Amino acid sequence: MIENIKPDHEIIKSFIKDGSTVLDLGCGDGSLLHSLIEEKGVRGIGVDMHAEGVDESMRKGLSVLQLDLNKGLSSFKDKSFDYVVLNMTLQAMYDTLLVVKEMVRVGKKAIVGFPNFGHWKLTVRMLLSQRMPKTKTLPYEWYNTPNIRLMTIKDFRVLCDENNIKILKQVYLDEGGKSISGKLTSLRAIEGVFLLQG
Amino acid sequence: MVLVFHALSGDAKVAEWWGNMVGPGKAFDTNKYFVLCINTLGGCQGSTGPSSINPKTKKPYALDFPQITIKDMVNAQVKVLDELGIDSVLVATGGSMGGMLTLQFAVSYPSRVRNVIPIATSARTSAQNIAFNEVGRRAIIHDPNWNKGNYYGKTPPNDGLSIARMIGHITYLSDKSMAKKFGRKEREDRNFEVKFTGPQFEVESYLQYKGGRFTERFDANTYLYISKAIDLFDLSDESGGDLTRALSKCKSRFLVIYFKSDWLFPEYQSLEIVDALKDSFANVSYRVIDSTYGHDAFLLETEGMTKTIVSFLEGAK
Repeated sequence: MIENIKPDHEIIKSFIKDGSTVLDLGCGDGSLLHSLIEEKGVRGIGVDMHAEGVDESMRKGLSVLQLDLNKGLSSFKDKSFDYVVLNMTLQAMYDTLLVVKEMVRVGKKAIVGFPNFGHWKLTVRMLLSQRMPKTKTLPYEWYNTPNIRLMTIKDFRVLCDENNIKILKQVYLDEGGKSISGKLTSLRAIEGVFLLQG
Repeated sequence: MVLVFHALSGDAKVAEWWGNMVGPGKAFDTNKYFVLCINTLGGCQGSTGPSSINPKTKKPYALDFPQITIKDMVNAQVKVLDELGIDSVLVATGGSMGGMLTLQFAVSYPSRVRNVIPIATSARTSAQNIAFNEVGRRAIIHDPNWNKGNYYGKTPPNDGLSIARMIGHITYLSDKSMAKKFGRKEREDRNFEVKFTGPQFEVESYLQYKGGRFTERFDANTYLYISKAIDLFDLSDESGGDLTRALSKCKSRFLVIYFKSDWLFPEYQSLEIVDALKDSFANVSYRVIDSTYGHDAFLLETEGMTKTIVSFLEGAK
């Protein structure tokens, strides 16, 4: 959904065991799923609501379905995948909570990666300009952005907590795409990747 | 080799009725692929059907022709493949009834096809579809010329067949496409002195014309037999109603295509196929193509179909 962010596929890959089954929601052009199949021997299906992404994924030989995630995953059975992945898409979902709940229902584990709107630069810029910030990774105007549910890393942790979703692992990435830890990570991180279990 | 299965009223001349999809530089590029389409069993355009001569009686079969099924049609076409020495095909595809034949082919002969593209179709005919087919059949058998199917050499039940075709056409269009094509436009030559028989609105005139033209090339008994074969179709029959089990025998890649506004084969019917395939971890892709044409979109949405089919076939390598 956010073209400019090259989401850190390596982190997601490190969460996924070889030979497992993966449902990649919002798979875009299928590059993550394709590399998971090539490098980790997973079996997987991609889902995206955009025709271009689905066609591009098919061109890579992937199995991919053009479905609207906002309608839920009712046709997917409980725990039918080892992992359900949603990378850089959650912020564009209308019914965010439904999507997260569906992920931990369908997947034995779920992996969510999203841009951290609590990054200090965004926070400061908003404070100073009194306007919704635009950046390379969030280049849209407030009135036309597909990213309709901007949240911070802390927001997401609270959402998981309130809905009894266990956070098994969490990795934060800085602007250079490097994994960071220590103090003030939720201010320094541009992206968070979470491994979850329902 | 691309094997195309034609729909209820189609025939082997695929480069004519699907000329926008089959030909040099088209989605099914004849510079790259051989494209084969075979007249279906029960038909009246070259294969054996109720209008064919029964060698025993030297007369047309008429209703002595056995009720055939979608599976029989596939089996007959496989005999043609055998005869031509074609062991397997790269792609099997078709829209509407052609999609049913495509699915049946993939299930009955899993090792003979590598890529399957069912378009605007269903794995089992819905009550609504059966209902429309039944009204069409009633129109034919209540035509006095039908004569229990024995009309060969006499006046055929053209009125009945033409009404059946009119009903068909309504189900192939959409409210939007009709509004756009006809609206409430009336014919200039409408004559209010003639009550009811002459066409008043353009849409009436269109349906009458299409119905009439159809009788020039189609046999009424074939319409009865093939529409019944469609009604009888349920891919899960041999698997105790379990579609997932039925499709688990398939080894091919699948691309299921649904068109928005196709109310004759609504989205849930495509998704039923997709779900059954994904549950057995088959390589299945699903595409929704924007269209206002209704069911006819599988003949008309050239650009959308071409893009997605070309992408899918590129991934076949």
